[in-house]
Amino acid sequence: MAFVDEHRIDIATAGEARVEDYFALLKPRVMSLVVFTAIIGLLLAPGGINPVIGVIAILCIAIGAGGSGALNMWYDADIDAIMSRTANRPIPSGRVSRGEALAVGIICSGFSVGILGLATNWVAAALLAFTIFFYAVIYTMWLKRATPQNIVIGGAAGAFPPMIGWAAVTGDITLPSIVLFLIIFLWTPPHFWALALYKQGDYGAAGIPMLPNVAGEPATKLQILLYSIILVAVSFVPNFIGMSGWVYGAIAVVTGASFLFLAWRLFMSRDNLSMKKIARSLFTYSLSYLFVIFLALMVDHAAHLAGWMR
Amino acid sequence: MSSPSPSPIVQLSPEAMEIRRKRQRRNAIALGLVLGALVVLFYVLTIAKMGSAVFTQRDL
Repeated sequence: MAFVDEHRIDIATAGEARVEDYFALLKPRVMSLVVFTAIIGLLLAPGGINPVIGVIAILCIAIGAGGSGALNMWYDADIDAIMSRTANRPIPSGRVSRGEALAVGIICSGFSVGILGLATNWVAAALLAFTIFFYAVIYTMWLKRATPQNIVIGGAAGAFPPMIGWAAVTGDITLPSIVLFLIIFLWTPPHFWALALYKQGDYGAAGIPMLPNVAGEPATKLQILLYSIILVAVSFVPNFIGMSGWVYGAIAVVTGASFLFLAWRLFMSRDNLSMKKIARSLFTYSLSYLFVIFLALMVDHAAHLAGWMR
Repeated sequence: MSSPSPSPIVQLSPEAMEIRRKRQRRNAIALGLVLGALVVLFYVLTIAKMGSAVFTQRDL
C-alpha cells in the first residue's frame, strides 16, 4: 500500500509489521559501514580500552546510527514513496507507521547516547548525539531538500563514527581522528554523486535537488573529479603525520590511483550509456575503496604494534 | 458542528487473525529479547567498569 493516509495504513496494517521491518528502519547497510569505521577509529586510538567496554561502545554507535536512520525514514516517508530505490521501505510500503518509526528513532538515539556516556566518556557521547542531530535535523530536515550541496555538508554525519570510536578510547578529538573524519567526509560526494548520476530520474521525481538534476551532468562529473583528487591527496596525510607507515601508503597509492582513473573516465565520458555504466562502477568501487583504506590503516597499525615494521 | 467520521471496522478472517496473532507473538518475543539484552548489557557494563575491584572488594 502506498504512503497516502497514515490513518488508513494504521487501521489496515496494525500488527502487520514484522521484526525485520523494525530492523530495516535502522538502515542495517549504512550501519555496517558505520560499525566498521568506528571499530577502526577505536582500534587506532592510542591507549587501551577494556574489550567489553569497546564492544559496548561500538554497539552504542551502531544503535545511534540506526536511530538516526529511523528518524530519517520517519521524516522522509513522503519522498521515499516516490523513489524506486526506497519505495519498499517499511513506512512507504505501509508495514510500519510513521509514529512507530519516530518512537524507534528517539528510543534508539536516547539509549545509545546515554549508555555510551556511562560506558566510556561524555565526549564520545556528545559526539554521537551531535552526529544523530546532524543527520536527522541538519541533513534530513533541512539540507537534503534545500541545496544540491546536501550530501557535501550532510556527509559529515557519516564521517563522525571513527571520531566517536577514537574519542571512546581517548576522551578527546585530535588530529589523527580528524584525518579519519576528513577521509570519509571527502569520500561522500563522489560516492553519492556517482549514485545520483545513474539514479537522477528518481531524485528528480522526488524533488530532491541532487547536483546532476540542478547543475547538470558535466558540472557533476567535474565536481566528482575534483573531490576525488582532494580525497586521494588527503588519504596520504596519515603518512605525513606519522599515523601510518609504508604498508598503508602503498595501498593508498594503488587504490587512490584506481579511484582517480575511474573519476577521470567518468569525467571524459560523452554518451549517456557509458556515463551511467562508469558512474555505477565508481559508486561500487568507492565502497570497496573506503573499506580497503580503513582496513589498511588498521593492518599498518597492527604491524607497527607487532614490531614488524621497525 | 459535524462530528468526526468513525474509523472503519476491519473484519479479519480467522486465518488472517491467526497470522496476525503469530506475528504479534513474534514481535513480543523480539521485544522481550531486546529488554533481556539490555539487562545483560547493564550487568556486563557494571562488572567491566568495576574491574578487578569486584573480586578484591577494594575501591568499589
